[in-house]
Amino acid sequence: MRYILVFVASVLAVPVAAQTGLPPAPYADQQLADPAKEAAARDLMEELRCLKCQSQSIADSNAPMAGDMRSQVRQRIAAGETPEQIRNWLVERYGSWVTYDPPVTPMTWPLWIAPIFLLIGALWLARGRFRRKKDDS
Amino acid sequence: MIAEAGLIALWLAAGLALLQFALGAIGVRAGREEFYAAIRPVAVAQGVLVTLSFLLLIWLFLRSDMSVSLVVKNSASVKPLLYKFAGTWGNHEGSMLLWVTVMGLAGTCIALFERSLKTKTLVTTLAAQAFISLGFYAFLLISSNPFERMFPIPPDGQGLNPLLQDPGLAFHPPTLYFGYVGLSVAFSFAVGAMITRDVGPAFARAMRPWVLAAWVFLTLGITAGSYWAYYELGWGGWWFWDPVENASLMPWIAATALLHSVTVLATRDGLRAWTVMLAVVAFSMSMIGTFLVRSGILTSVHAFAVDPERGSFILALLAIYIGGAMALFALRVGTVKEGARFEFVSREGALVANNLLLSAILGIVFVGTLYPLVVEALTDEKLSVGPPYFNLATGPVALLLVAIMAAGPLLRWRKDNAKALLNRISIPIVVTAAALFLLVLLTTGMSVLSLLGMALAAGIAVASFAPLWKRNLRRTPMHTYGMVIAHFGIAVALVGMASESSFTEEKLVAAKPGDEIVVNKWKMKFEAIEPVAGPNWTALESRITAQYDGGKTVEVTPQNRMFASAQTQTSEAALLTRWNGQLYVVLGEGDAEGRWQVRAWWKPFVTLIWYGGILVALGGVLAIVGRLRRKYLQRRQKEYAELVL
Repeated sequence: MRYILVFVASVLAVPVAAQTGLPPAPYADQQLADPAKEAAARDLMEELRCLKCQSQSIADSNAPMAGDMRSQVRQRIAAGETPEQIRNWLVERYGSWVTYDPPVTPMTWPLWIAPIFLLIGALWLARGRFRRKKDDS
Repeated sequence: MIAEAGLIALWLAAGLALLQFALGAIGVRAGREEFYAAIRPVAVAQGVLVTLSFLLLIWLFLRSDMSVSLVVKNSASVKPLLYKFAGTWGNHEGSMLLWVTVMGLAGTCIALFERSLKTKTLVTTLAAQAFISLGFYAFLLISSNPFERMFPIPPDGQGLNPLLQDPGLAFHPPTLYFGYVGLSVAFSFAVGAMITRDVGPAFARAMRPWVLAAWVFLTLGITAGSYWAYYELGWGGWWFWDPVENASLMPWIAATALLHSVTVLATRDGLRAWTVMLAVVAFSMSMIGTFLVRSGILTSVHAFAVDPERGSFILALLAIYIGGAMALFALRVGTVKEGARFEFVSREGALVANNLLLSAILGIVFVGTLYPLVVEALTDEKLSVGPPYFNLATGPVALLLVAIMAAGPLLRWRKDNAKALLNRISIPIVVTAAALFLLVLLTTGMSVLSLLGMALAAGIAVASFAPLWKRNLRRTPMHTYGMVIAHFGIAVALVGMASESSFTEEKLVAAKPGDEIVVNKWKMKFEAIEPVAGPNWTALESRITAQYDGGKTVEVTPQNRMFASAQTQTSEAALLTRWNGQLYVVLGEGDAEGRWQVRAWWKPFVTLIWYGGILVALGGVLAIVGRLRRKYLQRRQKEYAELVL
């Protein structure tokens, strides 16, 4: 019985092994020849989230899926797509979770308004702290 | 028996904390001064017992006592001694025990060394400190007992997360906790002073060394954590605006604001309510940070909902302490006069600007860190907020802040003249303009933020030394040197950050033994790949020789480590440090054709980031020493005067 199980397991394992034996995503760790395009791809990769990791960008991850995504980004940049097009395409597939640059939508506007709001609040607080020029004398 | 002794010590310490709180509360309420004398020894005994408990836990880890569940889950008998030791706090229960130990020790230090505070305020402060500790004792004893036994006893432990098996673990968490918990002292001081209505310059002078010390530890902890992440994770990133990083940054920002406002209170009796408020906010940020990291809420809101016991406990503690302090503040703020007002162009004016801008940055980081959690809890939609948002939102504010930092120390207290100021900072302005001009002329591909940051850094570097201009250097007080060095450190770190993000060069290659790899002026040769073994890991090690600009050849050996106990792999980067930057080499996976993935970076002046951090902390140390020495000398003088009379 045990031998049969081992046999079945090894037969089942073959396709899996074959799958991982396939050539990995070609541009996962291969730079584009054009330095400008490579830099654009690199900048974008740093702003995309590795979906299988905890808090890592795809530029900083060993996960195979991050490698696939890096390859996709490089190939698409090489084909002439703009970083924003690629980002939108990924957001469509995976949702806003994938981009570290939160898109401006009704759901994120409080996030984008907050800094301005905070600075205005700080100015307002400052106003009360200072002596007016008039009552100086 | 060791585990039981540790648990008993912990229970006794908790009992003493309760006694300490009761003595203080009843003493102050009923005006029973005979209670005052008892509170100091109780605080000391509490600190000693909780420290004993923590030492016993360390001992259990060093002995690899596999009958203790915490040791089983986080240690293994074959593991270097250093990691058995540091592994004590590389887990939830141990780190909470470390937290409460540091709190107890802080109480001990207040009881032993604090002499300048009024007795009543001191007693209230110690009672407040005990009250906070009580919550964490309850947390440990009820839901996170580190001494829990396990039966049946397993043959060996499950080992420590390999990523944590690094000397960084021995240094980074304790330093950070010293900082977090040091802020609890400021919090207790604020509560004490509010209750006894004692907010004034004397209170500020008593609180200042504690704030400075906490701030120094936070600075060192964050700097160390950044460098640790940089070399350990193998991708050369030093800051990712990760929620865990933000959790440590927020208390630092609040503490930075606090240590500047406490100076205004100590020197000019201004910003009273604001300083008290900041002390409350600073420790609140420490607790929120601990909550974020310890509750598991960061992995996912749902992970938190599945096992909410610990998270809910910390959340309840947060609500009690922050809510209580805020309520007290609201009740007493009417009685705390805001204190002296002042001109806009004055030292105080610059310090107020510093405080408000730091608060704005703190608010932005806070919103950016928590917003995704709120959105996920409310709508089930997941959102990522990362470097693009934080850099854009905080960067310009931070630059404005450092520009004010250059001018602030050159302003007079109370009232100054804008024209005179402009005259005093004319040289830094010229330096900044010249640096900007040269950078635009000579470099390409710098972002606006990096460009302005680096140009400003040049100006600040000059301006930070201006307070020493035309002064008798031997009679300049030590805390002034502290300020000069800390501000200079900010400039140094800023140069490192701007340089790293603008000028890093990257090379990714699949190399066979014998292949050449070139990045910037570095010529590397991939010599060979060999298996090596360590105490609890095996690794593939690549031998790579590297040569900078035709200089001496050096060998680097980046590794790929396999840890048997955890079935995980880590890559050990190899670093070569030169005065003008670091070469960073990582070994990746191999392929079927015998090629190995190698990643190499040349990061110009990246080390300045951490040297800057160390300088900032050094400045803080000088300020503490200077202030304490002055206090000591003044007391001696007073005693002498009394003696003569």
